[in-house]
Amino acid sequence: MRIQETCHDSFLLSGIGWTPYRNIYRVDGLHMTQGIVIEGLDVWFGEHAERVQAVKGVSLEVAAGASVGLVGESGSGKSTILRALTGLVSTWSGHLQVDGETLGKRRSRAFYDKVQMVFQDPYASLHPRHSVDQVLSETLALHKLGDVDRRIVGLLEDVGLGRQFRFRYPHQLSGGQRQRVAIARALAAEPSILLLDEPTSALDVSVQAEILNLLSDLREQRQLTYLMVSHNLAVVAHLCESIAVMQNGQLVETLSVQDLRAMQATEPYTRELLKSSMGYVRSTQRADDSQTSPAN
Amino acid sequence: MSSLRSWLNSESPESRAQARAAAIYHGWLEFRTNRLALLGLWILVLLVLIAIFAPWLSPHDPFEQNLSNRLLPLGAEGHLLGTDSLGRDILSRLIYGSRITLYIVSLVALIAPVLGLFIGTVAGYIGGWTDTVLMRFTDIFLAFPRLVLALAFVAALGAGIENAVLAIALTAWPPYARIARAETLSIRRSDYISAVKLQGAGALRIITRHIWPLCIASLVVRITLDMAGIILAAAGLGFLGLGARPPSPEWGAMIAEGRRFILDYWWVATIPGIAIFIVSLAFNLLGDGLRDLLDPKSGGSS
Repeated sequence: MRIQETCHDSFLLSGIGWTPYRNIYRVDGLHMTQGIVIEGLDVWFGEHAERVQAVKGVSLEVAAGASVGLVGESGSGKSTILRALTGLVSTWSGHLQVDGETLGKRRSRAFYDKVQMVFQDPYASLHPRHSVDQVLSETLALHKLGDVDRRIVGLLEDVGLGRQFRFRYPHQLSGGQRQRVAIARALAAEPSILLLDEPTSALDVSVQAEILNLLSDLREQRQLTYLMVSHNLAVVAHLCESIAVMQNGQLVETLSVQDLRAMQATEPYTRELLKSSMGYVRSTQRADDSQTSPAN
Repeated sequence: MSSLRSWLNSESPESRAQARAAAIYHGWLEFRTNRLALLGLWILVLLVLIAIFAPWLSPHDPFEQNLSNRLLPLGAEGHLLGTDSLGRDILSRLIYGSRITLYIVSLVALIAPVLGLFIGTVAGYIGGWTDTVLMRFTDIFLAFPRLVLALAFVAALGAGIENAVLAIALTAWPPYARIARAETLSIRRSDYISAVKLQGAGALRIITRHIWPLCIASLVVRITLDMAGIILAAAGLGFLGLGARPPSPEWGAMIAEGRRFILDYWWVATIPGIAIFIVSLAFNLLGDGLRDLLDPKSGGSS
């Protein structure tokens, strides 16, 4: 159904300094702004006196095919942006646009065909009484995709799980395997945009690397657009071309991964974050206890 | 046999049926380790068998009166458990009464939890005004003592076993609604519900396919624990003359009949009392075992 033509023309995106390597044109010839556009996004929780402003006036663009990391400390509103985008949080204002479609309070079915999300905790994102087969076949049915058997086996192989995992229940899977199932579920709809909410932070370090490699392979194969939330700069640097730094619900700075590696941040907060993450790396090396930092 | 076991124990099942069979088999293995729960289960299986084969098992017609043989003691010739005030064989009446007990229990178990589950999950999932209205409605039902409310229903609908069942079911659902709502509130914001929302699933699909399976475990436990209370309520209505009508061999009505002679002929009321006691105990034991097995928090098979 979704016939798209890719064309490798790169242009410089205003504000954020990276060049997307892909831009999509529809076959009907209608050119639209692809990717994700966020303008002046406010998100709040609670009413009146208890109102908490989680995200304040954030503007961000993610071009089609790009991979952007959102970093910041716990409670800085990173995940909330993803939840507002997917419609899981409805108390927001501002302008959200995905692949040329301006988003209202309700998401259309077509939106869910385009945008999917991978959650942070693989132990909480799979229904405890549904087998892998049930999860994937229900997802395929909801997206009205046929040829279920072949697709399920294909998806499992794509995420590095064999067909022998098809009829297992979540309690028969390890954390990494569960996250692979969650990724397969997100890919089942064949989306063009994947929102990743700290996809590796609940996993242990060796498994983290496997999942990150899987995600970068999948991106290459399927030409996916990534918007990834993480508090781990190393993870972001591995998977993304540019990062957006958040603090207290506001977007502080956006910079490319090259700048990040060269420690060339302009904002004091970003520099502080970089320094602390370096210190974190050193101290964990000393302690020889490479655990991830607590969940967001 | 051993190939069947390895088929069930397979770490990587090859079909939906095998995965389901394996899950049931492992649940059974765990349940089997609980001796008391197993005892409860066997008693109930026995009760079902007795109810099915009642015409072949009972030595006499439960309605056959013989006034020359009235109030025979335990162990009398031809009447193992004696006879009642009209000379009817108590054992035969007990055997036929098991059908009525099972009928009441299964009808209530079909009506009350389904109603409670539906109201509770809808209230919990949708929230807001729906929640407030449905839960205040539940509170009103909860505010009445069950037997008194059932009495009022039966008085309004007329005495009879069907109306007694209906009255018990209508008074038994509010606790199920409460439990279902509490369970729903704890899982409605979980990631796996969010994930299926992101596939475009509607509220009806989420409630029936994703929330119900998780509520059913705690409801089943609650039902089996409530069964004793339901049997007693049915017996109580029968005892008060508002449940089964004579000459129906309902256990509660049998006790009511025996009450008149309880000092001189104690067994007439005691034998059906013991039957009620054993079946109630069996349901309680089974419920305890199922709670250990199904409680999602205990880890168990979930």
